[in-house]
Amino acid sequence: MDRVKGFLAQVGWTLLPFLVLAIIWETVARSGMYPPKLFPSLVTVFEALVRLVASGTLWTNTQGTLVRLVLGFALAGVIGVLLGIAMGRYRFVEDVFLPIVSIGYPIPGLAYAPLFVLWFGLGDLPAVLLVGLASSFSVTINTWKGVKAVREVWIRSAQVMGASDRQIFLQVSLPGALPYIFTGLRLGLAQAWRILVAVEMLTAVATGLGWMIFGAQEFLNTDVMLVGVATIGAIGLLLEKQVFARLEAYTVVRWGMMRA
Amino acid sequence: MKIPSASWTSFRRGAFGVLVALGAWEAFARSGLFSQALSPPIEAIAVSLYQLSADGSMVRNAGATLGRVLLGLLLACLIGIPLGTLMARYRVWERFWVPLVSVFMPIPSLAWVPLFILWFGIGDITMIVVVTYAATFPMIYNVWAGVRSVNPIWLRAATVMGASEQTLFWKVVLPGALPYIITGVRLSFGRAWIAVIGGELLASPTWGLGRIIFDAKEFLNSSVMLAALLVIGVLGLVFERVVFQAIESRTVARWGMVADWK
Repeated sequence: MDRVKGFLAQVGWTLLPFLVLAIIWETVARSGMYPPKLFPSLVTVFEALVRLVASGTLWTNTQGTLVRLVLGFALAGVIGVLLGIAMGRYRFVEDVFLPIVSIGYPIPGLAYAPLFVLWFGLGDLPAVLLVGLASSFSVTINTWKGVKAVREVWIRSAQVMGASDRQIFLQVSLPGALPYIFTGLRLGLAQAWRILVAVEMLTAVATGLGWMIFGAQEFLNTDVMLVGVATIGAIGLLLEKQVFARLEAYTVVRWGMMRA
Repeated sequence: MKIPSASWTSFRRGAFGVLVALGAWEAFARSGLFSQALSPPIEAIAVSLYQLSADGSMVRNAGATLGRVLLGLLLACLIGIPLGTLMARYRVWERFWVPLVSVFMPIPSLAWVPLFILWFGIGDITMIVVVTYAATFPMIYNVWAGVRSVNPIWLRAATVMGASEQTLFWKVVLPGALPYIITGVRLSFGRAWIAVIGGELLASPTWGLGRIIFDAKEFLNSSVMLAALLVIGVLGLVFERVVFQAIESRTVARWGMVADWK
């Protein structure tokens, strides 16, 4: 009985803030302070959601965005992890690439967008490349740090036990660096997600959530825009809570290297 | 991210890397593979940079962008520090705000830009709202974590010695949470910096570094675009490396709360 009560209290406390927010929103929307076209009531937004889901528009756009996210992030992941490992393992690579990476890191990837449009045209190619570029830096830097942070004792004991360089690298350094690599990938994914929406607005892709919001602005469809923003938030939350939390649970947490 | 120890070999190799990258760009630019209007040689970029600086427009644009970021950051501190502290100290505040913060934080601030443009027009207000949105959430999160991490023994010791709530906050809680708060400001700055450039590209206010890039695209001035990119990168680096580093070593590092890593 107490557990049921506790669960209900938990649900109530989680819902309460949204309820309060919804009431405030609805009061402002219905007060006529702003034109309903610009500040729609939640009922209108919900109707727009139903309409977009029923017509399949929301799904098409979500799909477009997700495909772009996966491609761009895969690009960043592969390049970032490989470069980071090479930088961590070989002194020469580290010396050559570190200044370049340090200079490139603070430039927001988004700032390249107009340039990429000139180089690669409008559409998917510049969007994917931009997302890849923007998120590759955090992956590279964290992978590099991770490989460097592997405990010396582990490497030495492996050496004493007669492991070859290759074995040490594959069985000690790499698994040892994994927590950092995951952090890098997680940061990279979050970054990719944050700029992807804006990139879609700037590169005029065919379908995408960012593009849906941007297009709806032309017709003052604020309800559609709000549905877009909400969908983006929901996917962002899902990515963070489901994808990476699980991946970590299966690997580094199971190996006892990190607490969940 | 740490620049390698100033050994001469590392420096030489680093310089070599940068030179090779510049050389590759120059060869690519002059090869005619792309038109030079699209991939200008370094000399053209330097000339653009000089021209933009000489007529004062670069300073004005950079000033507008920086002003927006700093104002947004200030607002984020004004919202984030009190809210984060209250969340950490009172259970009710925590229960009410945590669900809201975790739902709104993953929404990229730039997704709001078209909506904010409709609500607030294309001027400074939209920019500042976008920047504040981007900067506030990391701030709240870090202050919340920081205040919770303050050693309870310090609080008890201060209370026993007769400190009032107010003294407790200013003399114990705030300095104790400062390492986290500074991390929060850093993260917020990074987010705000991305948001301001994106916002300026999308909303194109009268002045701003993003505006330069946006305008230059219309006239195919890629050398101007690259010059603006360079300024954006350098300003970002200066803030991250010089300003925040200095704040950290003046305060929390001097007080011995974190290691002063150089």
